[in-house]
Amino acid sequence: MNITANETLDAKGLACPMPIVRTKKAMADLDPGQVMEVQATDKGSTADLKAWAQGTGHQYLGTVEEGEVLKHYVRKASNEETKEEKKHEDVIDLEELRSKVDSQEAITILDVREPAEYAFGHIPGAINIPLGELEDRMVEINQENDVHVICRTGNRSDLASQKLTKKGYKKVRNVVPGMTKWDGPTERSN
Amino acid sequence: MTQPITSKELASKIVNDEKTLILDVRNTDEFDNWKIEGGNVEVINEPYFNLLDSVDPVMGKLDKNSEIIVVCAKGGSSDMIADMMEEAGFRNARNLEGGMKAWSEHLEPVKLGDLKGGGELYQFVRIGKGCLSYFIESNDEAAVVDASRMIDVYESFAKERGVQIKYTFDTHLHADHISGGRMLAEKAGGTYYLPEKDASDVTFDYAALEEGNDITVGNTAIRVQPLYSPGHTIGSTSLIIDDQYLLTGDILFVRSIGRPDLAGKAEDWVDDLRNTLYNRYKELSDDLIVLPAHYSFAEELGKDGSVSARLADLYQQNAGLQVENEKDFRKMVTENLPPQPNAYEDIRKTNMGKITPAVEDQKEMETGPNRCAVEG
Repeated sequence: MNITANETLDAKGLACPMPIVRTKKAMADLDPGQVMEVQATDKGSTADLKAWAQGTGHQYLGTVEEGEVLKHYVRKASNEETKEEKKHEDVIDLEELRSKVDSQEAITILDVREPAEYAFGHIPGAINIPLGELEDRMVEINQENDVHVICRTGNRSDLASQKLTKKGYKKVRNVVPGMTKWDGPTERSN
Repeated sequence: MTQPITSKELASKIVNDEKTLILDVRNTDEFDNWKIEGGNVEVINEPYFNLLDSVDPVMGKLDKNSEIIVVCAKGGSSDMIADMMEEAGFRNARNLEGGMKAWSEHLEPVKLGDLKGGGELYQFVRIGKGCLSYFIESNDEAAVVDASRMIDVYESFAKERGVQIKYTFDTHLHADHISGGRMLAEKAGGTYYLPEKDASDVTFDYAALEEGNDITVGNTAIRVQPLYSPGHTIGSTSLIIDDQYLLTGDILFVRSIGRPDLAGKAEDWVDDLRNTLYNRYKELSDDLIVLPAHYSFAEELGKDGSVSARLADLYQQNAGLQVENEKDFRKMVTENLPPQPNAYEDIRKTNMGKITPAVEDQKEMETGPNRCAVEG
């Protein structure tokens, strides 16, 4: 699995508690919403990192094992996602989206989470363009398509929906709440 | 620098019922799964990663003047936290050297008694894991039953006492810990015994532990009588030592009974287990002292730190021996079983000689409690 992260921290060969001590330090310098890849060889680091992230509000995305090395992915808690601002009005709930997916309706699912989040589980066929890159990569999406925008909780996808609408996309629906509650099929990136 | 504490010191504190205050800084899942317990032990959990900025979260919960033993998985995080606590004004915060890993390996020998033929019987209590092994000696000879992986402990014990290890026995193919029986026999030039029915897949030579083939330790005949007692495994065999002691392996414990499912054969072995517990053992002398291969509760440790009980007393008190109805018994030992011991399938393969993991991996495989019992 090839996963993109904003920063990489090398904690290989370090014994507990150092992988978490170093992660904590490195996360402080990361921008909200960005993803850190933590490389460690200490087997206990997976459970500890997960528990630490839960306690601090950061989002533990998952771990990939490559031989002896564990690559953990953590996304820094983002403030922007908690702001209540202007909303994109056309929303669709997960149940409705699920029936469209199940009946293989011709829709475009745009997943605006970070590539690392996407890699650990997304709706089959979903296109991944992180919110931060949307302006530059919007051309990848046909303006005529039925675009269903999804993220983790519905906030980033709301911002993305607004951006798309502003640029002239006519059929844009924001999926609420988002992948956290999605119980339909998912796949991981290879 | 704070003054560390060894597993040996901690074990003697617990066995002696001394007040022991522990701060366990592992993550809460690991703590809930397996922790240090004992008569007068008080333990609180606060993961080290919540204490990285300061030890404030535990300030109100712990007395600064008391001795506090700080514990983690391998001793690294607890060392750091103990130092931080000292800086914060704690006077006696002590790091458990080597953490739960070292704790899991510590063996504490306790003398159980003298044997009639002139010899002694010792129980080795693996307090961190609840495993029990036995050392029988007589006339310069010794036998070890259900030896743990840490064979150097038995070797140096034998050397100190000037005895030669002639036999090692495994009462059954273990699923919760890696047996040292074969290695110990090999190094001492002795014979390793294993029940044949548990040995169908093993890749090495062994002597068959069989009912009817008594074994003598020392010249003056400390008699070891194997008694076929299936149920936990199909080959499980008990040992009667010197007509005084009944080594039950994982069939009968002090407060519970063995589980029949660790080789994936729960349904098949229930009847064997019942027959062993409700018929075979009942025919034995009431006064036999039951010595199991495990214990699960700190309360099972006696005053001297050993684990034992009179057979007749267990027929009165052990909940697993009070189930009159066969259907109820079946239900008890096949449903609501506790989780399997950590890595039990790999442990079984290791004990069969099918795989030979590196020592560090073996340690990792053995973490966690033994979980060989069903509680009635």
